[in-house]
Amino acid sequence: MEVYRVLIAKPGLDGHDRGAKFIARALRDAGFEVIYTGIRRTPNEIAASAVQEDVAAVGLSSMSGAHARLFPAVLASLRQAGAADIPVLGGGIIPAEDITLLQEAGICSVFTPGTPAQAIIKAFKDACQQQHQHRN
Amino acid sequence: MSSLQPAQLVEQLHRGDPRSVARAISLVEDQSDVGASIMQGLDQQRLDEALTVGITGPPGAGKSTLTGALIHHLRQQKIRVGIIAVDPSSPLTHGALLGDRIRMMDHALDQDVVVRSMATRGRLGGVCAAAGAAMRIMAASGCRVILVETVGIGQSEMDIASLADITVLVLAPGFGDEIQAMKAGILEVVDLLVINKADMPGAQKLLFDLGKGLRASDQVLQTCASEKQGTADLLTRLLSLEKMLRQEQKLQQRRLCSLRQETVDWSLELFKKRLTALVHAQHCTGIDPRVAAEQLLNRVIPG
Ligand SMILES: Nc1nc2c(ncn2[C@@H]2O[C@H](COP(=O)(O)OP(=O)(O)O)[C@@H](O)[C@H]2O)c(=O)[nH]1
Ligand SMILES: [Mg+2]
Repeated sequence: MEVYRVLIAKPGLDGHDRGAKFIARALRDAGFEVIYTGIRRTPNEIAASAVQEDVAAVGLSSMSGAHARLFPAVLASLRQAGAADIPVLGGGIIPAEDITLLQEAGICSVFTPGTPAQAIIKAFKDACQQQHQHRN
Repeated sequence: MSSLQPAQLVEQLHRGDPRSVARAISLVEDQSDVGASIMQGLDQQRLDEALTVGITGPPGAGKSTLTGALIHHLRQQKIRVGIIAVDPSSPLTHGALLGDRIRMMDHALDQDVVVRSMATRGRLGGVCAAAGAAMRIMAASGCRVILVETVGIGQSEMDIASLADITVLVLAPGFGDEIQAMKAGILEVVDLLVINKADMPGAQKLLFDLGKGLRASDQVLQTCASEKQGTADLLTRLLSLEKMLRQEQKLQQRRLCSLRQETVDWSLELFKKRLTALVHAQHCTGIDPRVAAEQLLNRVIPG
């Protein structure tokens, strides 16, 4: 059975990591190996950690409204680190009109407080599966 | 980054390329054939020159914080360092939450600090099966020192003591029950005992209580890892212990023992899979299980 490794990170200055920790635990309980990096990470730190940990996906959480700038910044950092193939998913307090913007920027799934945990887990599974196919 | 040839991957990891180092570890961890050929191609001299240090102790004692402090001191000396942080997988879901990195993020952008979080993936003893290989891959990538953090609560979790060149046990005040268990023999297999959280009440008493079980009084150190106090001393101690072990040829002996033990562990693990399949495929003959086992074993290794 294949094991999926994912990185859960919180970019930005707000210290509300309840959402990030909730997702981290839900993914662990669904059989993922979850690397949690804690709060207030810069996009470059997140990308460097994702590379070192060889994860199949990165999950970001933002509660401060900075997602519009920070999520795409993580994508840019990953590209710079030669890891554009690692998919990025994001969640948090994200207004409906920003969701399409983020998706167009390359965030592969966007979650809001209303998204059921099962849907989030499924999105991570799909993203990881695709990344593994690509890498092998 | 897809379908790299092993030779190419090995060449890139020898140059310290972060992605290649990380990929190589995964390939070995996932027990792929590519992983096996990567291991054959690693620079033996670098493996010989690297020092591996096991850092073990109960959860919350401050192992990750201490590791973070050691990274800081190593980097001040421009020493490239690898860190393997092992945490248990859930036996039910196989999932794991790996959070040790949080305490090492000061160095996240330093390419000469290679951090890898690993889950035990069903292996008992506190260390994951691929830890030895990950250590060697990091060494081949130019890491001079490799720190391996594992959770160790009792004797059964002390596999790290046979895997690493030097083992450090980290304790802290307030871990009463664990510490009782520790006294029973564990102090004999670790090289250094660190009493962390020296700033907390009870540290002196702990030092006194444990001092009695030690081989030598210089086997114990006090630190306050969160303030990086005593941690530079710890590094000095580790490096001088390495020097001594190398001079007395003991490091080489330890490694030989360690490689043998790793070979036994792997044999048992691989053996168990095939054996289970074989036994389940056989129709039950009603023969005594112990006798049946002897017969099976004799077919593989005639006694
Ligand atoms: N007071 C005090 N707290 C510490 C010290 N070292 C670590 N801690 C804290 O102890 C907690 C557990 O530390 P951590 O390094 O994660 O422990 P680990 O589970 O053994 O890896 C954290 O909240 C640290 O900040 C210390 O020297 N003194
Ligand atoms: Mg830890």
